[in-house]
Amino acid sequence: MKLKLTTLALGAMMAAGPVMADLVFPSLSYRTGPYAAGGIPFADGYADYFTLVNERDGGVGGVMTKLIECETGYNTEKGVECYESTKGEGALVYQPLSTGITYQLIPKAAADGIPLHTMGYGRTSAANGDVFGNVFNYPANYWDGASGIINYLLDENDGNLKGKKIALVFHNSAYGKEPIRTLEELSVKHGFELTTLPVDHPGQEQKSQWLQIRRERPDFVMMWGWGVMNQVAVQEAANIRFPMENFIGVWWSGAEHDVLSAGAAADGYKAVTFHNVGRDFPVFDDIQKYVVDAGKAAGAGDQIGNVLYNRGLYAAMLAVEAAKTAQEIHGTADITPQMMRDGMEALEMPEARMSALGMPYFGPSFNVSCENHGGPGLVGVTQWDAESKTWSLVADFQKTDADVIQPLIDADSASYAAENKIEAQCK
Amino acid sequence: MFYREAGDFKVSYEEDSQTFPIKFDRYRYYFVLLIAFLVIPFTINDYWANAILLPFLIYSIAAIGLNILVGYCGQVSLGTGGFMAVGAYACYKLMTAFPEVSMFIHVLLAGGITGVVCVIFGLPSLRIKGFYLAVATLAAQFFLVWLFNRVPWFYNYSASGQINAPERDVFGIVITGPNAPAWATYLFCLIFLAFCALVARNLTRGTIGRSWMAIRDMDIAAEIIGVNPLKAKLTAFAVSGFFIGVSGALFFSIYLGAVEVGEAFGITKSFLVLFMVIIGGLGSIFGSFAGAAFLVLLPVVLKVVGVDVLGWPTDIVAHFQLVIVGGLIIVFLIVEPHGLAQLWRVTKEKLRLWPFPH
Repeated sequence: MKLKLTTLALGAMMAAGPVMADLVFPSLSYRTGPYAAGGIPFADGYADYFTLVNERDGGVGGVMTKLIECETGYNTEKGVECYESTKGEGALVYQPLSTGITYQLIPKAAADGIPLHTMGYGRTSAANGDVFGNVFNYPANYWDGASGIINYLLDENDGNLKGKKIALVFHNSAYGKEPIRTLEELSVKHGFELTTLPVDHPGQEQKSQWLQIRRERPDFVMMWGWGVMNQVAVQEAANIRFPMENFIGVWWSGAEHDVLSAGAAADGYKAVTFHNVGRDFPVFDDIQKYVVDAGKAAGAGDQIGNVLYNRGLYAAMLAVEAAKTAQEIHGTADITPQMMRDGMEALEMPEARMSALGMPYFGPSFNVSCENHGGPGLVGVTQWDAESKTWSLVADFQKTDADVIQPLIDADSASYAAENKIEAQCK
Repeated sequence: MFYREAGDFKVSYEEDSQTFPIKFDRYRYYFVLLIAFLVIPFTINDYWANAILLPFLIYSIAAIGLNILVGYCGQVSLGTGGFMAVGAYACYKLMTAFPEVSMFIHVLLAGGITGVVCVIFGLPSLRIKGFYLAVATLAAQFFLVWLFNRVPWFYNYSASGQINAPERDVFGIVITGPNAPAWATYLFCLIFLAFCALVARNLTRGTIGRSWMAIRDMDIAAEIIGVNPLKAKLTAFAVSGFFIGVSGALFFSIYLGAVEVGEAFGITKSFLVLFMVIIGGLGSIFGSFAGAAFLVLLPVVLKVVGVDVLGWPTDIVAHFQLVIVGGLIIVFLIVEPHGLAQLWRVTKEKLRLWPFPH
């Protein structure tokens, strides 16, 4: 009955109004190359949520969504090609899932007036909406991740990290270098000793880094890795018998495929996260019913419920909710990228809204504002259980150290604003 | 019928030694220039500029540069990516240090700096040859990428280690940054390509080019007849470095706008440009263009056909791309080991005789 009504309503709207175009959501995915292991589940989750919205709700506000997938291979040149080829189709928001491509797209998207959502990656200082008017990185950014890890270690060590040695194994790229500045500040504040160990692209060669860890015996190791680098690092840590519970990855280094290959030795490995894990949410029943059973699952359909699948799902959910908000603000179902930007800026994500979508406690509840595009930066910690092959949340979403992060964000965004002569965008 | 020397009388030495002695060839060349300079800028859009034409123009310059070194002088180089990085970082440092100076000068200076760096890394070529030289240049590739990652001065101490091209203009027209119009970036690169191709063509036809080819064909014999190998090899490295540096500077400042050295100028870039030169044809300027076009356009064409026309999943198309491009490279090298340029030469021979081949 409900379906009939929506169909009728849809039909009436179609008959009455001008023919409405689809809401276009490009997905710059990578299902090939050394980073595909992470790219595939994210792209599947992102695509499946839009399929679900189309199948179950008849689109967003009565307008169907259209997902255009474009393969970047985590390569900036292909990313640019993908951006240029999809932007003409009325793309509402870009989520490139690559810090390198994000750096490329920040000025381009600003010039074209298309919002960019870089959830937990990209340029951290984009959290300052005053300077980066159309870039969003809610609900958390790299510096929240770094601070979240340190806060967790503080909790574990009765609030004292003085004299401890902490090593950071990072992907030697813009992505991996991003947390270093915050960690340096934090090491001064909390008195721990920081060692940084770069790993070059693609990350298969880490012998010397782990040899150094074995020699220097740090108390904790953090990792900013992605793609094949993660599996190799977990395996190397197991090889030198580094205690796994003292090894913490950022959210891009904490998915099933990263730890499965090391088998039982990976048990106890931790990673921070900004969204919940597992498939114990009502929304997965809908996905099973409307997407999987209908034979419309993206990719091979074998990623459902994985950490990165959930993240793709979460990213798509936030995009859809922002589109709904934009439709409400502007009173039209057929929104433009500019309206989408307004919707993202006015996005409110309280617990009740997530529960209504079948995703209770899927992420932290947060509000976006013109000045703050970064959300509250709440970070939780997950841990891997090799026996049951599951990740589980071991520390709830907690506040990160804004006293350290905010001045850094202000300084970095101010220098960007000065370089590019950007005026404050919020009145 | 059209394509032949007969009836095309030359009355001066200048006419006789011009680049395109055959009238039909000459007109075709003028026609291509006309289209490139006067038609495309008015019809170009963002997609064509950023996804197809800019990479084609920039890779063509790089391929010409490498072709001088590998194709004309016979010195195998695997350091192209590293040398492009030198051009890019030189351009970045110049752009940020002297914002008021025209981009033309920055790009040329970046080329010059790369030329000097290239000569330094070319010094071992005086002692070692062939595969051993390839390994030496490979060292240059890894060393340069490591250097730009390691020393923060090169990326102005930015937190991410990336370099971002600030907005710069030429005669009041913005040509870098996101607000640059497509036609301006296209024309800027085209001017450099036309200039480089002209210089390369004339260098290779003159004394220097002949000494390069003498060294390539047999260095001992060349030395005996009086070619100075030091001068010939190092000039080849210098000129090649200049072109590759220009292409690196354009690649960073005009095309991508933000660059991360390991990702943009890694070893894969060196191989890509080397493949362009080999597929296009060693020792041919036209071959450099053909090779660049082949390796830039083919993936885009395959993507458009596979994803947009046939509606296949993107990962299948991406894998097919690798298979098809790889397969075509093998086919080309079996059928025509001298590259696309040789196909063009054969076509011209046939055209000369057409329509009376006997």
